[in-house]
Amino acid sequence: MAKKAEDLFTDMHLDILKEIGSMGTAYAATALSKMVNKKVTMPVPRVSWLDFQNVASFVGGPESIVVGILVSLSGNIQGMMMQIMSLEAAHNLVELVIGTPPPTKKEDMYTFGEMERSVVEEVGNIMISSYLTSISGLTNSQIKPSIPYMCVDMANAILSVPASEFGRMADKMLFIESQLSVENVESTGCFVMVPNLHSFYRIVRALGVE
Amino acid sequence: MARDMIVVGMADLNSTKAPGVLTTLGLGSCVGIALYDPRAKIAGLAHIMLPDSGAIQNNSNKAKFADTAVIALVMQMEKLGAKKVSMKAKIAGGAQMFAFNATNENLRVGDRNVDATKMALAKIGIPLIASETGASFGRTVELYADDGRFLIKAIGQGIRTL
Repeated sequence: MAKKAEDLFTDMHLDILKEIGSMGTAYAATALSKMVNKKVTMPVPRVSWLDFQNVASFVGGPESIVVGILVSLSGNIQGMMMQIMSLEAAHNLVELVIGTPPPTKKEDMYTFGEMERSVVEEVGNIMISSYLTSISGLTNSQIKPSIPYMCVDMANAILSVPASEFGRMADKMLFIESQLSVENVESTGCFVMVPNLHSFYRIVRALGVE
Repeated sequence: MARDMIVVGMADLNSTKAPGVLTTLGLGSCVGIALYDPRAKIAGLAHIMLPDSGAIQNNSNKAKFADTAVIALVMQMEKLGAKKVSMKAKIAGGAQMFAFNATNENLRVGDRNVDATKMALAKIGIPLIASETGASFGRTVELYADDGRFLIKAIGQGIRTL
């Protein structure tokens, strides 16, 4: 039987991915900071393999309602990139950008008007694009992102999309997990990059590691 | 959760006798396959994420694919005393969570999961008696081994019983 993707990775590979995640997130943080004119901070990203059973563990569990923004990648690096944020974080972003305060009732938290939706999609898009610009520069690859798609639903349901992409080559899912905070309070969620296996090796090779 | 429920994770399967309850949380593009033997009151639930093990090299996890999961689940239920001839199937899930236009077939994995599940059930000879698939929202399902009822919950919607 062919080796599973997760068995082909060494600690050095994971360190490289962590580095890529750091730079990508730094670019995204800068973009967000310029957009909202506030200080944006980020801890060091985490890189980990998660069992499919546990993919939602870092976003509050399988049934917690989250916002996912997905961009599919083509060009030299293929796969998808997803940004996940809590409902609170998404509404906070809307308030930061266009001044609409978050809904007061809890049951209204998961509805976004057309305008609010566009804001979240666009902010996600700009952050994802910034992240990709950094990866593209580091690896000397051309990456073509699709337009952003937003979905508000249970974390497991949203994560099933990148998970099934990963399921083709592994029994676990690789997370490059980066967190962003605006003014040290509102967490704006994290990024999950899902390169396909071929693209993953392209990234690693481009950084001079076999 | 009122009763003790056995949680079936993503790419996982499990079975139980009455009065056990099986649940799987947040099915997106994945499909929940519920099998029930009403005579033996034995229920089995699989949470598959991909249609076909044939196209994949690494298929050590049988619960990951529609075709292999159905076979593995039937075998597990038979060990508990269920009979394949009395089994009925209900399925839920296979949503398209993101509104991609359908150019990339990998992104339409929900539809393909549903098709592959129906095919796998037909192949093994288990009738599909109810389903709620497609659309663009996540579903949590519960399968009750005492009468085979299959509950579907989605955000902001009422509970459906299949």
